[in-house]
Amino acid sequence: MDRILTYAEAIREATVQEMTRDPSVIVLGLGVDDFKALYGTTRELQDEFGPERVFDTPLSEDGMTGVAIGAALAGLRPIHVHIRMDFVLLAMNQIVNMAAKARYMYGGAVSVPIVIRSVIGRSWGQGAQHSQALHALFMHIPGLRVVAPGSPYDAKGCLIQSIRDDNPVMFIEHRMLHPQRGHVPAELYTVPFGKARVLVRGSDITLVGVSYMAVECLRAQRYLDEVGISAEVIDPISLSPLDTDTIVASVRKTGRLVVVDTGWTMCGASAEILAQVAERLQGVPHIRWQRIGFAPVTCPTTKNLENLFYPNAQTIASAAFGMVHDNQKPWAPQHKEAPEIVEFKGPF
Amino acid sequence: MEEEVARIYPTDKIKSPTHLSIGQEAVAVGVCEALRSTDVVFGTYRSHACYLAKGGDLKKMIAELYGKATGCAKGKGGSMHLIDVRAGVMGTSAVVGTTIPHAVGYAYAMRLRRKDTVVASFFGDGAIDEGVFHESMNFAGLRKLPIIFVCENNSYAIHSHQLARQPASNIVERARTYLIPAERVEDNDVLRIYDLVKAATDEIRSGQSGPRFFECMTYRWKEHVGPNEDFDKGYRSISEAQAWFENDQLKRLENLLEPQVRERIVAEVEVEIEQAFEFAESSPFPAEEELYTDMFGEAAQWTAS
Repeated sequence: MDRILTYAEAIREATVQEMTRDPSVIVLGLGVDDFKALYGTTRELQDEFGPERVFDTPLSEDGMTGVAIGAALAGLRPIHVHIRMDFVLLAMNQIVNMAAKARYMYGGAVSVPIVIRSVIGRSWGQGAQHSQALHALFMHIPGLRVVAPGSPYDAKGCLIQSIRDDNPVMFIEHRMLHPQRGHVPAELYTVPFGKARVLVRGSDITLVGVSYMAVECLRAQRYLDEVGISAEVIDPISLSPLDTDTIVASVRKTGRLVVVDTGWTMCGASAEILAQVAERLQGVPHIRWQRIGFAPVTCPTTKNLENLFYPNAQTIASAAFGMVHDNQKPWAPQHKEAPEIVEFKGPF
Repeated sequence: MEEEVARIYPTDKIKSPTHLSIGQEAVAVGVCEALRSTDVVFGTYRSHACYLAKGGDLKKMIAELYGKATGCAKGKGGSMHLIDVRAGVMGTSAVVGTTIPHAVGYAYAMRLRRKDTVVASFFGDGAIDEGVFHESMNFAGLRKLPIIFVCENNSYAIHSHQLARQPASNIVERARTYLIPAERVEDNDVLRIYDLVKAATDEIRSGQSGPRFFECMTYRWKEHVGPNEDFDKGYRSISEAQAWFENDQLKRLENLLEPQVRERIVAEVEVEIEQAFEFAESSPFPAEEELYTDMFGEAAQWTAS
């Protein structure tokens, strides 16, 4: 029987269940106890678990990340929440120089089991400093796990896995995923790191969609199906470690790979995924490759330019169609804005 | 011990940056002596004294400087990343100020778990320039955490004098703005530091006090990094150092001891140092497979319920 939750509800449920199971789990971050409750993901947590285990913080991203690391060194399992990933840049020193390195540079004497949740992505004119998806910066650093699940089911299982993992985990949530609905079991379960999920089987082209782009790739797959192209859609879920096996197996079958990221392509997740797959498929003839991501500019606020900045189901389908038809005939499905983008309104 | 490090250093057996704390030992000793073995300290890249004063293993420390597999961080850390969890010495860091919030977070966890552990955070006057110092003080003051902040003020961040970086020498005043009681100890006085910190830890443990702050004026005798003196480099003068040389706290303590007791301790320490260097010399370097170990911990083995 289907039990339907939103992605945001799935995150909250994972948090509640893990906090109930394990008293060492704490939640901190700007606004985690306010009435907006980070899109509902932290709603009523403080009522349930008290102000020592769930607390708002001063506006000190660097310092509070250090506090979370110190608490982790003392045996707690902090979840540090950031309503925008742009703000995580203020904590780069603690994340890169300490959280990622502590275990190795102290010869395995300590662990830093922290989860850093951060919200990325578009909607309603977020502009230059409220929209960035910087997961690739963290993929570059050994010692960090980087995960960006694309469905409510995987959000719950992956967050539970992140909390239980003994390492720092960057848990990345796209704002437009929060309202997505899907089947979520009531019980505790984990979704392992380093295992991609094939969302739809296909034979002509492989579409890999990172985070929210998994949703847009599914929509693109339906457009392509209408014009006789069978697309296989993969959500990598975990970006570091990355499951190249699943993607390589798919590309061996389809001979075509489009990696769609909700981020820039230069040195991005799409570039890395494509490179890792290409290294494995050297010598296999006639494979076609493409990365799709943000336009290589700063994110504009005004709606018409914002629409051009981001990839979407239509631009993905159009690129895939072009690849399958060797760019002989241009085609794009009629532009239709995604419902979650139409519905999202500020202020928030 | 550090004099032996300074003697060995030119042989290049210690192939990494080493920041000697000769001259500053009084602060580490005064503070750590007042702590319990179950208390925890977080230090800086200049933490040989702190590590040893808190009870860190000397052999493992020298082996770590030598990059040997038997080092406290298996040779992967070096002098700047000392750790001895058993003794309550949490990892030291090469980036100024970075361990201050860790000490605060550790103290938060101790409060949450209703433990009477006190955490001590060591940092220098250079760390006061860093934003994270103020963020950490703010949160510790806000939550009244069981922590002792120890500023080892040696007047210099590398070669830059405090007054070239800060508008006044008023570090204690800044701590007070976070409602953290703060005292300045002027003359490296090891016994006074001990007394003050002992009283502070008693008050913290009994719940009468939140965080406390001590600015301990001290002096680095050697160069910022490496085994030499640097009074001829133009940024400070030997005349400035003279008063500190004369106020040597090690000699002061030695003179408080009966001659036989002093001789016995000196002899024991010399043997200990000799054995530690022998241990380091004779230990193996890490095996090649060690390059890839200690990156990630295994996921905790939980049973889903």
